[in-house]
Amino acid sequence: MSEIRLMKGNEATAEASIRAGCDAYFGYPITPQSEIIEYLSDQGRKRGMIVMQVESEVAAINMIYGAAGAGARAMTTSSSPGISLMQEGISYIACAELPCLLMNVNRGGPGLGTIQPSQGDYFQSVKGGGHGDYHLIVLAPASVQEMADFVYLGFDLADKYRNPVLLLTDGALGQMMEKVIFPDYDPKAHKLPKPWATVGKNSNRPPNVITSLHLHSDEMEKINLRLQEKYRKIEANEVRYELMNTEGADVVMIAYGLTARICQRVIELGMQSGLNVGLMRPITLYPYPYEILAKLSEQVNGFFVVEMNAGQMVEDVRLGVNGKVPVGFYGRMGGVIPTAEEILHSLQLFMKSIAVKEKV
Amino acid sequence: MSEIQVPTNGMEVVWEKPKTLTDTRMHYCPGCGHGVVHKVLMEVIADLGIQDKTIGVAPVGCSVISYNYMNIDMQEAAHGRATAVATGIKRVLPDKLVFTYQGDGDLAAIGTAETIHACNRGENFLIIFINNAIYGMTGGQMAPTSLLGMVTSTTPEGRQVETQGFPIKITEMVATLPGTYYITRQSVHNPTAVRYLKKAVEKAFKHQLDKKGTCLIEVVSNCPSGWKMNPVEANKWLEQNMFPMYSPGDIKIEGKLVEKKPTTTPDKKETKL
Repeated sequence: MSEIRLMKGNEATAEASIRAGCDAYFGYPITPQSEIIEYLSDQGRKRGMIVMQVESEVAAINMIYGAAGAGARAMTTSSSPGISLMQEGISYIACAELPCLLMNVNRGGPGLGTIQPSQGDYFQSVKGGGHGDYHLIVLAPASVQEMADFVYLGFDLADKYRNPVLLLTDGALGQMMEKVIFPDYDPKAHKLPKPWATVGKNSNRPPNVITSLHLHSDEMEKINLRLQEKYRKIEANEVRYELMNTEGADVVMIAYGLTARICQRVIELGMQSGLNVGLMRPITLYPYPYEILAKLSEQVNGFFVVEMNAGQMVEDVRLGVNGKVPVGFYGRMGGVIPTAEEILHSLQLFMKSIAVKEKV
Repeated sequence: MSEIQVPTNGMEVVWEKPKTLTDTRMHYCPGCGHGVVHKVLMEVIADLGIQDKTIGVAPVGCSVISYNYMNIDMQEAAHGRATAVATGIKRVLPDKLVFTYQGDGDLAAIGTAETIHACNRGENFLIIFINNAIYGMTGGQMAPTSLLGMVTSTTPEGRQVETQGFPIKITEMVATLPGTYYITRQSVHNPTAVRYLKKAVEKAFKHQLDKKGTCLIEVVSNCPSGWKMNPVEANKWLEQNMFPMYSPGDIKIEGKLVEKKPTTTPDKKETKL
């Protein structure tokens, strides 16, 4: 039965993971996401989940490898420095094609950085992070509700494509409290059979082996080609985004997660000062919604990208726009959350620079 | 790789390869201990009738593709992470039998944290630890267990305490942890030693079936290629040089440390290799 609760984003993710039938959680505390392991240590254990606080993020991600390889729905969560530690394991998981759910509650970096929210891990999340040619499916929630909803979606996509899925969120979404609805979800109806899992060999089949090692280059290339074929399928089927006020807009802002929430306010403020701006919010950061950008490029005078970093997603926007119209950027770093007013100011300068007149 | 055909000419079959070993020809160097340990491990799994519920974890090192030889479900772990991977498997499949198979670099250098914490949690699986005091796969570099004075490709003048520290006795270290139940050091340098090893492996799997906690079997082994010796010389060198540092025998039985004479403590005495 569906249920309405008032919760922090981190808690909503934890609660959703229990409802999504996550069998095992392995993690290591790090601010600003420790509520997840705390919530699961209580609620998860009481409701039958294996929940372990382990010696490091390195150990945690390799336990995910083992558990996912044994057929379980497995999840770990961390924040930026911890996610960096996991990159080796994530690369192995991607190559061995193990379905699992990861979440990065992004904080400011580089280094130990700050515990304040950031979007500085975009490149790490969508362009690799670990070694080799691989992709995670990356979902970017923009509300506490989506921090819950994307847990179900994430596990389902992971199982469907045998691919690790990353929820990329930030410290503000993890810590903020909002209303969240938990829908009916029957894990049994969603979990797919995993005949490849290592659960003990029976006499009717050859041994199942989970590995990312293929010493001969022709064999390894076959694995690479299979992965790439899967990524093309994901790119064709799983692009998700949200459009707001793009119909007839002069300029469309592009922002994901927390900054997309702030940009909704910028649309309102813009209207008050006679600006006609819209918003395209990517929900999947990989696969990236390039196509809608190409389409919008035919209709608008420019795009304006807002991020809490030095300009990372803006590179993907430029790829999608392909030089057809100007692309502006506004970013804050170091854990600073930009205000709607400062974004509007920067947007106005951009619009002036590309000669879009305010309609007063 | 092709199956090895042996003409039997009506001879009586006195020993057969267990069905837990595949027909793939092993890639190990002549005289290497890995093949023997694989055989012993798989014989025990066949004898105990647990092939269908055993999951192995291969390391990074010479035995990285041991899953090609072991006819059971297996996972290949990142370097040093075998006990973390095994933890993931065992926690979600508590009624299955799990073992890791790791070398000295994997278990006692890059994987030290995972090894110690798996043992400290008392993870109910078996760790097989092959100690040949050298990195075989990468071409004979120093291992954390390399002896003082031992010449390797990264200690061309012999391992020195001042720069490389002491050889690590990780088996004795984990024996001090309450999570471990059965800790023993065995070898495969002669037929008697092989029979002792088999008994130890049997015992460890039985403990796992009884959910007793972590069992670790160190196998003092050789590396003729890395040591630059022929197999006979290597086994002789093993007895003369490895055993004084890594003395064979049980270290912990049924959760209790075995009282015995202290083994040689590392000093600056040089070992010539």
